[in-house]
Amino acid sequence: MSRAVVVEGLEKAYGEVRAVRGVSFTIETGEVFGLLGPNGAGKTTTVEILEGYRTRDAGRIEVLGVDPATAGSAWRERIGVVLQSGSLYPQLTVVEILRLFGGYYERPRDVGEVIGIVGLEEKKDQRVHTLSGGQKRRLDLAIALVGDPELVFLDEPTTGFDPEARRRAWDTIRSLRELGKTTLLTTHYLDEAERLCDRVAVLRDGKIAALGRPAELTGALPPTEIRYRLDGQEVVVRTEEPTRVLNELTAEALRSGVELEALEVSRPSLEDVYLSLTQESPR
Amino acid sequence: MRLFLHELRGELRLYVRSRELAFFTFLLPILFLVILGSAYGDEEIEGHLGADYLVSGMIGYGVASTAFAGLAIVLVIRREEGILKRLRATPLPAFTYIAAVLATTMIAFLVGAVCIVALAVTLFGGHFPKSPVSLAVALVLGGACFAAIGIGVTTFLHRSEGASAAINAVYIPLSFLSGAFFSQGGFPRFLTIAADIFPLKYFIDLVAAISLEGEQIWERPVEVAVIAVWGLAGTAFALRRFRWVPREG
Ligand SMILES: Nc1ncnc2c1ncn2[C@@H]1O[C@H](COP(=O)(O)OP(=O)(O)OP(=O)(O)O)[C@@H](O)[C@H]1O
Ligand SMILES: [Mg+2]
Repeated sequence: MSRAVVVEGLEKAYGEVRAVRGVSFTIETGEVFGLLGPNGAGKTTTVEILEGYRTRDAGRIEVLGVDPATAGSAWRERIGVVLQSGSLYPQLTVVEILRLFGGYYERPRDVGEVIGIVGLEEKKDQRVHTLSGGQKRRLDLAIALVGDPELVFLDEPTTGFDPEARRRAWDTIRSLRELGKTTLLTTHYLDEAERLCDRVAVLRDGKIAALGRPAELTGALPPTEIRYRLDGQEVVVRTEEPTRVLNELTAEALRSGVELEALEVSRPSLEDVYLSLTQESPR
Repeated sequence: MRLFLHELRGELRLYVRSRELAFFTFLLPILFLVILGSAYGDEEIEGHLGADYLVSGMIGYGVASTAFAGLAIVLVIRREEGILKRLRATPLPAFTYIAAVLATTMIAFLVGAVCIVALAVTLFGGHFPKSPVSLAVALVLGGACFAAIGIGVTTFLHRSEGASAAINAVYIPLSFLSGAFFSQGGFPRFLTIAADIFPLKYFIDLVAAISLEGEQIWERPVEVAVIAVWGLAGTAFALRRFRWVPREG
């Protein structure tokens, strides 16, 4: 498989603030790649350098085989972008704005189809300023897709989405993958990253703290956790053999007629990995 | 060319849809002509019928409000709201975008100027401008100059809130001092010196010479030169300093 994005030794400082410090990763064509990390970790900086908005201090970058710093219109035909923030022309309707942006591309997708993908059919003739925050965000996603890009950059695309809209966005991103398109997304929703991304990188203080498939990352953590409450006290048991431990625990409880309140068995999630990585004191 | 026409259509739609902007930058000069025309249209001002005399001042006010103020405010808001930034991620070339925005501004200004002349003639018995071809050339020159300055000025404004207040604080007093509403004669000297620096006074004088006295544009080289120099300075500044992204990102 060819590589859609190559980043090697990327560095970027804003004056004294070293926002990105030697980041390297690659994204294969057709992959959904997630960039995670706390506020200020350097996600937007990295993504906007890849989009060609920001300059870099050091490092080698290839996006669809081109250095974004010198890329032109032909390259922009092939990418789609959702920025972390920014608004749209408030006085246009959903359809008008998608026609306007679609017209910038040589082979745009059908506007009605894109509206359907993000679920804005009922709002299609409404002015942008009458949309709710989440609806505007869905329109952002629609605009990123209207040019039928090979590679989409989504900087916190689902922030402000209701649960249904989020599922729908996941379906959209999965369908992009089925079409062989590549997605780079940032998110603070770890369940989203876990379910959607083929691979994730966790950034902390401008460096990659972990990189891999979500299952690999969670596999590195201590095993299954069993929690329950006894006499108002929370008890947590971590074990490699959940079946045996649970069996002993419940057998004992039954024998002595005690109820294990709030009994819960959980596998470590990406969220646990994330927290263990990002809560260590920096360096 | 296809992209230019596509963007021009979009920009014209945006212009018509933004009511506040259209009112302040496009309709206000026309409204002032009607108001002032009702008061002074049939009097004699500096040897001319009031309605005729008002036309050049209101076209001058129009060029400042439509080409300079309207354009600058729109671009600052679009930049600070991140709209320009998003456009930079599309294949639409920067040059095509700016060309379409300038064309929209020019169309708005020229339509406004035609309305001003038409209303002066129909409502207040004014005369048709004497040298129409020279007048058309002067309007295009003035529109281009003030639009260039408007784009240049966006580099000094950093927030969309307050952008229109700052712009208004510049061009409205300047319009008065440059004689858009009344003859400059009544103002104290130190105030008119400010007007002598900026191109608006020269534009109003040029339009007056052409439409009232029937002169041709080449008979007024000083005015043309001042306007052109300002236009080129604005263009040079815009080319070097224009930003597509908000300050913080
Ligand atoms: N334009 C800028 N000028 C100066 N400093 C900046 C600029 N943009 C970002 N920074 C700084 O760089 C660091 C990384 O910021 P960045 O926006 O990349 O973080 P992020 O991971 O996207 O965070 P968030 O989750 O909050 O979006 C932060 O410390 C931020 O303050
Ligand atoms: Mg960010």
